[in-house]
Amino acid sequence: MNLRRDVFQAIADPTRRAILLLIASQAMTAGAIAANFDTARPTVSKHLQILSECELLTQEQRGREIYYQLNPEKMKEIADFIEPFRNMWNERFNKLESVAKAYKTKK
Amino acid sequence: MEQKTNVAAEDSKQEIVITREFDLPVDLLFKAYTEPELVEQWMGTKVLKLDNKKHGSYQFATTDPKGNQHRFNGTIHEFVLNEKITRTFEMENTLFPVQLEFLTFEKLTKEKSKLVMQIVYKSVADRDNMLKLPFSQGINRAHNRLEEIVNNLKK
Repeated sequence: MNLRRDVFQAIADPTRRAILLLIASQAMTAGAIAANFDTARPTVSKHLQILSECELLTQEQRGREIYYQLNPEKMKEIADFIEPFRNMWNERFNKLESVAKAYKTKK
Repeated sequence: MEQKTNVAAEDSKQEIVITREFDLPVDLLFKAYTEPELVEQWMGTKVLKLDNKKHGSYQFATTDPKGNQHRFNGTIHEFVLNEKITRTFEMENTLFPVQLEFLTFEKLTKEKSKLVMQIVYKSVADRDNMLKLPFSQGINRAHNRLEEIVNNLKK
């Protein structure tokens, strides 16, 4: 399995998160994205490649330019990341609720 | 079924805040934390000791499917009936450091109540270990921001 395809690993990097936030409002070219960072252009390109590989970005050819934009479907996976922990507590508390209700009825 | 439990884990903070509303009167919710019989049922543990008072302490044990016993314990720092419990929580024989728990019980209506559980960890890294997140710290603020963006995109 290619670890790089793990979306969580992809967004663990601050520059990559910044890129995602930057293009959230509009599709941008690699050059326009790189202009927002002090890091070297090839570094930004590498980040774009990683984000594309894990499908957080999609590319669109417009004339001679390639525009990068967010992939909302893949982004949704990130939104769901805390779910396992929350589910654990939710189930635990559901149990608490039913156990307490049964206790009340018994008394 | 609707998810009634909320978990907040803000970026760079060594805490988690778990919030839940219950269809239970607040005194019954409180009992679920103080009556050994109830604790054993919903937490699936054996209560070895539960001394519900300031400067009191507790010790619980669970048995895993292999038959190994795991114990955890803590000291109770504050105990106000139907209002709050402040206590430590420690898993014995593990590398997880002790954590501090602030449990606040609130009456919403006669039949409804709310629990806010603030858990403070020794460090941000310890918190993230506990959350078992397979990625580095600093992600949660980004997560919150990204979630907003995703929600806006879905409109």
